Amino acid sequence: MPSPVIETIGLTKAFPGVVANDRIDLEIRAGEIHAIVGENGAGKSTLMRILCGLYQPDLGEIRLRGVPTVIRDPRHAIKLGIGMVHQHFMLVDRFTVTENVILGAEGTRWGRLDRRAARRRILEICDRYGFDLDPDLAVEELSVGQQQRVEIVKVLYRGADIIIMDEPTAVLVPQEVQELFDNLRRLAKSGKTIIFISHKLDEVLDIADRITVLRGGRKVGTVKAQETDRRGLAEMMVGRPVLFSVDKEERAPGEPLLKVEGLSLKSGERYLLRDVSLEVRGGEIYGIAGVEGNGQTELVEVIMGLRRPTTGRILLAAQDVTGLPVGRVRGHGVSFVPEDRHRRGLILNMTVWENLFLGRHRARRLTAGPLLRRIVMLGEADELVQEYDIRVGSTGQPVSSLSGGNQQKVILARELAGQPRVIIASQPTRGLDVGAIEFVRQRLIAARAAGLAVLIVSADLEEVLALSDRIGVMYGGRLVKEVAASETTAQELGMYMLGSTTGAKEARDHVL
Amino acid sequence: MIGGEMLASAIRMTIPILLTALGAIHAERSGIVNIGLEGMMIVGSFWAAFGAYHYGPLAGLLFGIMAGGALALVHAAATVTFRVDHIVSGVALNIIAYGTTRFASLSIFDRATTSPHVQSLPAIDIPVLDRLPLIAPLASNVSPVVILTFALVFLTRWVLSETTFGLRLRAVGENPQAADTLGVNVFAMRYAGVIISGLFAGLAGAYLAVEHTGMYVEGMTQGKGFIALAAMIFGNWGPIGAMGASLLFGLSEALALRQVVEFIPYEFFKMLPYVLTIIVVGGIVQRSRPPAAVGTSYERGE
Ligand SMILES: Nc1ncnc2c1ncn2[C@@H]1O[C@H](COP(=O)(O)OP(=O)(O)OP(=O)(O)O)[C@@H](O)[C@H]1O
Ligand SMILES: [Mg+2]
Repeated sequence: MPSPVIETIGLTKAFPGVVANDRIDLEIRAGEIHAIVGENGAGKSTLMRILCGLYQPDLGEIRLRGVPTVIRDPRHAIKLGIGMVHQHFMLVDRFTVTENVILGAEGTRWGRLDRRAARRRILEICDRYGFDLDPDLAVEELSVGQQQRVEIVKVLYRGADIIIMDEPTAVLVPQEVQELFDNLRRLAKSGKTIIFISHKLDEVLDIADRITVLRGGRKVGTVKAQETDRRGLAEMMVGRPVLFSVDKEERAPGEPLLKVEGLSLKSGERYLLRDVSLEVRGGEIYGIAGVEGNGQTELVEVIMGLRRPTTGRILLAAQDVTGLPVGRVRGHGVSFVPEDRHRRGLILNMTVWENLFLGRHRARRLTAGPLLRRIVMLGEADELVQEYDIRVGSTGQPVSSLSGGNQQKVILARELAGQPRVIIASQPTRGLDVGAIEFVRQRLIAARAAGLAVLIVSADLEEVLALSDRIGVMYGGRLVKEVAASETTAQELGMYMLGSTTGAKEARDHVL
Repeated sequence: MIGGEMLASAIRMTIPILLTALGAIHAERSGIVNIGLEGMMIVGSFWAAFGAYHYGPLAGLLFGIMAGGALALVHAAATVTFRVDHIVSGVALNIIAYGTTRFASLSIFDRATTSPHVQSLPAIDIPVLDRLPLIAPLASNVSPVVILTFALVFLTRWVLSETTFGLRLRAVGENPQAADTLGVNVFAMRYAGVIISGLFAGLAGAYLAVEHTGMYVEGMTQGKGFIALAAMIFGNWGPIGAMGASLLFGLSEALALRQVVEFIPYEFFKMLPYVLTIIVVGGIVQRSRPPAAVGTSYERGE
């Protein structure tokens, strides 16, 4: 049996109000792909941050290649051969790929940065592991998948042989996930050890050799990927059986509550949206599928009033709201779960309860003249935290101290609690664990049952198929296909998403 | 109207702005707003006069530089270590600079507002150039500091873009967390950026006292520290751009000074730098883009 490269013994880390890691014994073997799974707030990220020196454990020991080691900080971790690819990339947007990679490990000639040598080494690394990356582009011009590759190259450039990745697939589209996995397999084959966190159990089972499950800060167990399945894993994670499919009742849809007519959005000479028309009726879930970057983001932003359409109209229950500011659109009973929770969804250094009331704080019962009724808010915040199972010590903590999935729950709680008539949700379950996904899906279906119109945007086909009554596929800024969910398959949708069949030609034409 | 004399005067007015703008670039590229540059110029000008009075002009410049650097150290400690709001610290330092200088002036020179006259560095005639008809006034009888300043523009540019130090300095101003995880010492880099800005501002003040006026006069900086910030923004946080902006502002000051155009009130020229800066910041001329993390404090662990 291969010897462990990393072993932790009784590793413990507490934050005010929570024990994030409780006596964790972990054993990672050289050359394996080891997955860490667990509910939101189970302590996965914390454990990884300890391993890469960002946090110091309160108790316990880390053995690196058999030697008890204190990992002082990330720089030290790198020296020890441990590199981390963070959930939110640690890149300087304005720098080129090369500059990002060499930062902190620069080589010089006569006092001058030796960019040429660095570039050569980066190309070597890319060659060796089959990465596709241009070292001279600025990072801000790269796609998310490419940015992630930069992060991996950064770690390899420093000679790491243990690579830690926190939810690397959460931000990727399916094709990029496949590419990443190919890369990871090649890395593992050449002797690198990979530890990664994911909520997508299918992926975990696909790529990992072994899987460790955490729950409530404790280790539940480590299993071989071949010896378990999705259900088994989910049950280990949550502690009860999890429903993967949600049942929804047949329901005759009502009046159209959200209507989009001939919407176009031009940026310079390029159409980001072109002649998009759709309607979502009360009691209906409309799913928008598409590879990211095909206009979904813009569509949602235009509907919400974050951007003005070039042409076209938006109607909410027959009232024209085109061009109204966001506050007024929301005033018509529209809730919005944005795709980027850090940029649009939350104010990170405000507290959990403040975030729970952002944008809803004008409600009569929450105000006394110009003042906010804090006590009422705190009370309601506690109820929401209970109801949505947000794992947090107290609602007075800044929302930035929550785990990723719990931040997402804060947004969902806020948006669903406002008694909307229309819900627009982008990637509503991104970063959530299986249990929380089940919960959110149930809430969306309950909203449908209550006669709300729900528009979801998701890159996850399984999710779109499971939830939607009707599905629209976007490609190149157009709605290229609209079908009833019961009459299509993931394969068919996938084809349209990639622009093949009929819609493809037109869509290509306008891009040119 | 705008002859060689005028241009020579414009360049003299440019120097303190440009030096301070170069300093400001170091601070802001590292992520720290240094609105205390005005104060650093003030202490620079006074202590330079003090040094020059006692030990000669070169020592004077060194005194000025050190005084600016010392005040910058306080700003660095406040903003980097103690995470005080950058503006608050800068404003406080401006007040402190004004007060301590006046106090020091009273106790050292027995006068609150001026120092005795001091010696300047020997002026230089730049060979060859000082014979050319149009350029002659620009190239003869120039202070060595003028030449040094233009050299520093290109040195700054080289350091920022071509050295490890420059790369790291820019990195901590763009994304300190990323830099930190790569083992870049964010605190050290930011201290360096701020202290360098103080050294530059101190030299700018010293130039005003020792080279430009030949004595310290209270209020001689006349808000040039703020104009320098405007020049930095106008120049899009780069040394070459800042040089262009400083020259423009220097020219408008020279024009204001001479009141060459009779029917335009001189206040108009005084106002020009600010108006231009607002136009630039408003994105009308070009998109200006500050360092992404400027004005924020960095704390370890999310
Ligand atoms: N800096 C911090 N301050 C206070 N509490 C923290 C901090 N970091 C994490 N926590 C808490 O520690 C617990 C574990 O968080 P962690 O981020 O490790 O969870 P996770 O397993 O990565 O969850 P997710 O799947 O949602 O990303 C959570 O309850 C979280 O609120
Ligand atoms: Mg996490």
